[in-house]
Amino acid sequence: MVRLTLTGNHCVAYAVKLSKVKVVSAYPITPQTTIVEKISELVDLGDADIKMIRVESEHSALAAVYGAATAGVRAFTATSSHGLLYMHEMVWWVAQARVPLVMAVVTRTIGPPWNIWTDHHDIMDQRDTGWLIMMAENNQEVLDETIKLFKITEDPEVYLPGIVGLDAFILSHTVEPVEIPEQELVDSFLPERRQPYVIKSGEALIMGNVPSDLLTNSRMRWDIHLGLRRAEKVIDRVDMEWGKLTGRRYGGLTECYKCEDADYLFVGIGAWVGDMRLAADRLRAVGMRFGVLKIRYVRPFPYLRVLDSVRGKKGVLVFDRSVSAGSAGPLFLDLVSHMYPHRLNIPIKNVVAGLAGYEVNYEDFFRIGESFVKEVSETGWVSEFLEFYPGR
Amino acid sequence: MPLTIRDLPKEKYVLPGNAACPGCPEAMGLRYVGMALGSKAILVIPAGCTSIIQGLMPGSGLSFPIVNVAFSSADAVASGVAVAKELIAEESVVVVWAGDGATADIGFATLSGAAERNDNIIHICVDNEAYMNTGIQRSSLTPLGAWTTTTWRGKTEPKKNMPLIMISHGVPYVATASVAYPMDFIEKLRKAASIKGFKYIHLHAPCPVGWRFDPSETVEIARLAIETGMWVLMEAENGKIRISPPSKPYIDKNRRKPLKEYLERQGRFRDVSNELIKELEKEVDEYWELLIRLSSQ
Repeated sequence: MVRLTLTGNHCVAYAVKLSKVKVVSAYPITPQTTIVEKISELVDLGDADIKMIRVESEHSALAAVYGAATAGVRAFTATSSHGLLYMHEMVWWVAQARVPLVMAVVTRTIGPPWNIWTDHHDIMDQRDTGWLIMMAENNQEVLDETIKLFKITEDPEVYLPGIVGLDAFILSHTVEPVEIPEQELVDSFLPERRQPYVIKSGEALIMGNVPSDLLTNSRMRWDIHLGLRRAEKVIDRVDMEWGKLTGRRYGGLTECYKCEDADYLFVGIGAWVGDMRLAADRLRAVGMRFGVLKIRYVRPFPYLRVLDSVRGKKGVLVFDRSVSAGSAGPLFLDLVSHMYPHRLNIPIKNVVAGLAGYEVNYEDFFRIGESFVKEVSETGWVSEFLEFYPGR
Repeated sequence: MPLTIRDLPKEKYVLPGNAACPGCPEAMGLRYVGMALGSKAILVIPAGCTSIIQGLMPGSGLSFPIVNVAFSSADAVASGVAVAKELIAEESVVVVWAGDGATADIGFATLSGAAERNDNIIHICVDNEAYMNTGIQRSSLTPLGAWTTTTWRGKTEPKKNMPLIMISHGVPYVATASVAYPMDFIEKLRKAASIKGFKYIHLHAPCPVGWRFDPSETVEIARLAIETGMWVLMEAENGKIRISPPSKPYIDKNRRKPLKEYLERQGRFRDVSNELIKELEKEVDEYWELLIRLSSQ
């Protein structure tokens, strides 16, 4: 075990090397660029045995790693924002072809205007595609989860691709002390690549021709949903396995911070969950018992786990760093749509904040939490279920 | 020794149950790909007629390993497949089988990228000179004057010269072929398979449905394209252009049949004016002059 100070992006690069990925293809885009730069450096120094395909676009980047993965080797790509949108067609294609591979998404605002700072519109735009989607809170988690995702996506119960998400600059370009596991440890954790089929010369296997039977096609489509549901158990199991080897467990699908005795919960994804923890502590210090529910996997959406965490609370505040324009924040929508059928009727509010990279920190969460408690305790409910946080 | 029909393998790669139209040049071309490359071929196929020709899942009318892929992604997918096969030391020839749209239009950036990287694949452009699978819409490879369902009065722009564009990429091998000259096509495919790096073969593929001729005449129309000089068979190894034997007689302009003989057999040129025919003839002559100049260097 080595301890280094690394940016989130370099954590991704080391995880890719340790996972013995064979093919990497990517197209530069800020803030993803330093991932492929670092992998290229590791390759050129002879530290990583990876074949790079330096393509002309993100659409081709995902196409190339799809080709490599379908031909039988472990493959990886990374992108952000407009790059992710440009490859969106291939995002669907890879999932429906049931080809496991891993992609890092460094979340970034979508233009116009041109804006490189973090928000979550790019990653949340992929929710319906059939990929596993996780958001990391810190750089150690970025490194660990990238390795784990290879194991999760290549599990026969799952056989779907996966995204590890990290916030632009807050994680991607900020150094933190990180433990790098030994290669032997990763080797003992990560089995040889498994995948549902391999395209080989001399074997007339055809992937993707027109179906004769639409019910079969329909079932294939639904099985992507079932695969993601099955992934819930795999994610939790792999989290325990990794925990045993490294001492680092993250809770699998979700992580709860002081949830048990909390009256109120912050719910969120990504790097700003760290600020929520700090805000919860400060609020507790002034008599408001807050906890934080960090949703690690947006897909599969761990609704049973989430419902268990929010049940019996006096109020829930869901923070979204993106908005499904014309509706509400996507995390909130996922949560409330599972609350009603489970007869869970508690005050819940969606705060959309930090769009376009606008800075939101623990003081903001503190103030929002404070006024939420005031509103709920005075009226017993919330007047506006959806609010845009205008900043201080 | 020139290749003869006796040298060709008996294995069939285009089977009953395929969904090609009568007289389809793509089915012919795929048969030749099977004869040339046999069991080493892995086909990567973007959206187009061959998406349908393959027949219905879970069966198939083609007996190649095939990865069907999104329209503009084929060469990048093929690059990935080729790299992976090299890493695991599995002998294979990775072939992109793409129409004129997936080659010259929507797929052009991807094709150009793979060519510039000199990735170890063969790109075959099956050129039926319009978007036939969606119902005969014009492409950048539709010739001047041709009727399509998006150019009812005839296309107003000339055909883009893809072979020269690909030669300009500096790739090790570029060739043109025609479904009327299978031996020439098969030899070129085998040569391409023996060369490491990016190979481009442009297969002229007259489509009875889209060009408005009888399905029994596909080979005749394809041959007329050569005999009138409208399509030239050639190859360029490391940029060195040579006219291929079937087209050699037509270096002499006087031996070319009048272009009219090619045009009047096709309904798509029914309304072409005499002035436009002159313009097309001029186009043909100028291209030949350029090719003769380039091939003599």
